Order: sequence, then C-alpha cells, then structure tokens
Amino acid sequence: MVPIQYYLGLSMILFAMGVLGVIIRRNAIVIFMSLELMFNAANLAFITFALMHQKLSGQIFVFFVMAVAAAEVAVGLALIVAIFRSKHSIDVDQQSTLKG
Amino acid sequence: MAAEYIFFFILAAVALVSAVGVLLSQNSIYTALFLVVNFSAIAVLFLTLGAPFIALAQITVYAGAIMILFLFVIMLLGTEKLPIGKEIPWQRPLGIILAGVLLLEGGYLILFRSGALGALNTPAADYASPNAIGLELFDNYLLPFEVTSILLLVALVGAIVLTKDERGATVRRLVTLETRAADDRGADTQKPDLLEYEKEIQAEEKREEVAGPGADEFHR
Repeated sequence: MVPIQYYLGLSMILFAMGVLGVIIRRNAIVIFMSLELMFNAANLAFITFALMHQKLSGQIFVFFVMAVAAAEVAVGLALIVAIFRSKHSIDVDQQSTLKG
Repeated sequence: MAAEYIFFFILAAVALVSAVGVLLSQNSIYTALFLVVNFSAIAVLFLTLGAPFIALAQITVYAGAIMILFLFVIMLLGTEKLPIGKEIPWQRPLGIILAGVLLLEGGYLILFRSGALGALNTPAADYASPNAIGLELFDNYLLPFEVTSILLLVALVGAIVLTKDERGATVRRLVTLETRAADDRGADTQKPDLLEYEKEIQAEEKREEVAGPGADEFHR
C-alpha cells in the first residue's frame, strides 16, 4: 500500500484549497461548493484512519457526514434563493446591509 | 508496488487539478463540473482504501444528487457569472497567506509528527463489505441513524418554508407602496386608498375561501 502520509497529505492539500475557495470567492454558490471540497477532504482522512485502525467506525462516520452535508446543502441553497429574491444578487460582497 | 504509487499519483493529480479548477473558473457551471470530477477521483481513492460502499455512495449522493441540486440552483437563478464588482484589495493575498499557513501546519504534523501513525495494510476481502457496514451501522449506530432521518426531515421542511412564496405578499406590498405614495401627496387621500386596497384583499381572501386553496395559482 501507499504510505498513510500520502493520503493524509492529499487530504490536507484539498482541505486548504477548500478554505482558500471560501475566503477568496465572492459567489455564494461557489463558496458552498468549496465547503463541499472541505467535507470531502475530511472524509478522505476518515476513511484513511478507518483502514489504519482496521475499524469500520470511520466509514460509518463518513455516512453521517454525507447525510449532514446533504441537509446543509438543501437548506443553504434555499437560503441563497431567498437572498437572491430580496437582493437580486448572490455576491457576498453586496450583502452589506448591516454595514450601513 | 510501483503500480500502486503511479495509480495514486494519477488520482491525486486529477483531484488536485480539478480542485484548482474549482478555485479559478469564473463560470460557476464549470466550477460544479470540476467538483464532480474531484468527487469521482476521491471516490476511486476510497475504493483503493477498502471502502467500496462509501465510494459508490459518494458517487450517487455527492456527484449525483448534491451536484444536480447545485446545477439546478445555478441555472434557476441565472448567476453563472457575477458582474465584475469592486473587490476588497487585501482579500486575495491575505486569503492565500492564511491557507498557506494552514497547509504548513498540516504538512508539519504529517511530516515530523507522524510517529503515532500506523502503516496501511491491504484491506481484507470482507473488511468493508455491505454486510459488515450494515451490521456496524445498525448494531452500534442505530440512534444516530434515526436522528439523521429527523435531521433530513427538518432540512426538507426548512427548504420548503424558506423558498415558499407567502400568500398575499404581493397585495400587501402594494398596500405599503400606496401608503407611501399617499404620504407623499398629503394626508387627505390616504384613507380612501388604503380602504380600497383592504377591501380588495378581503375580496381576494373570500374568493380563495370559496374556490379553495390553489385555485388562483394560475393567474398569479
């Protein structure tokens, strides 16, 4: 097998890319997709550790992450649609009502 | 032995290039498609890590259902490209620095503090078969499983409530507008106009009661 460090390194790089996407992109939908990238990197680490410990709990946890991600996406996209209806934009830099 | 490394590096390259595509592409449709490629590459990595069931769930749930939802919303809103606006000048360099720091920390932990990590062994044939996954899920994780179903139900109801168009909202908005216009013209004309609109609302509500809900959906 490929050493465990390679898998964890890949997971780490993907997670950092997700963080970078959330920080630098302005489109709310793309920010959500970067969030999915981070979920995915965490899932990869979970599966890797599950194999290292030879226990299935890590894989079961990935199931729950997937279910929570699906719920989060459904509510999040509904929020984006609601914001788009009232502001006619999903640019997060434009949502500055509280700034005055 | 070498074939495993080559396979891993090809998959990792696909995953990383598609992640860069997610970061850089300006059209959010392309972003979604890059993300599908990324999810598929990760799913194959799951297969190599002895998780066939998770790998296929990843493809059906993530690359299938969730990304379709994203594509639906992107096309529904018609916001593939944002209009070019004023960007905060220090946002991009600061973001790159912060992500770099995070990457360095993770790299440090993986390279120099990996003494506690064990080696990966080739998974046994029945390591994560659907049978074993099912037994583990329903023996040890039955309560979280049921709680998940409630979570999904709440998400379903929440999404419907958030996007539902409130009944009569248009008429109420008209009343507000009319009141403001009346304020501009002077206080004399305010009352009759308001009354007129209130009567209209009442008439509409009465019509709805007679015709039943949903009868006026067509001409709205």
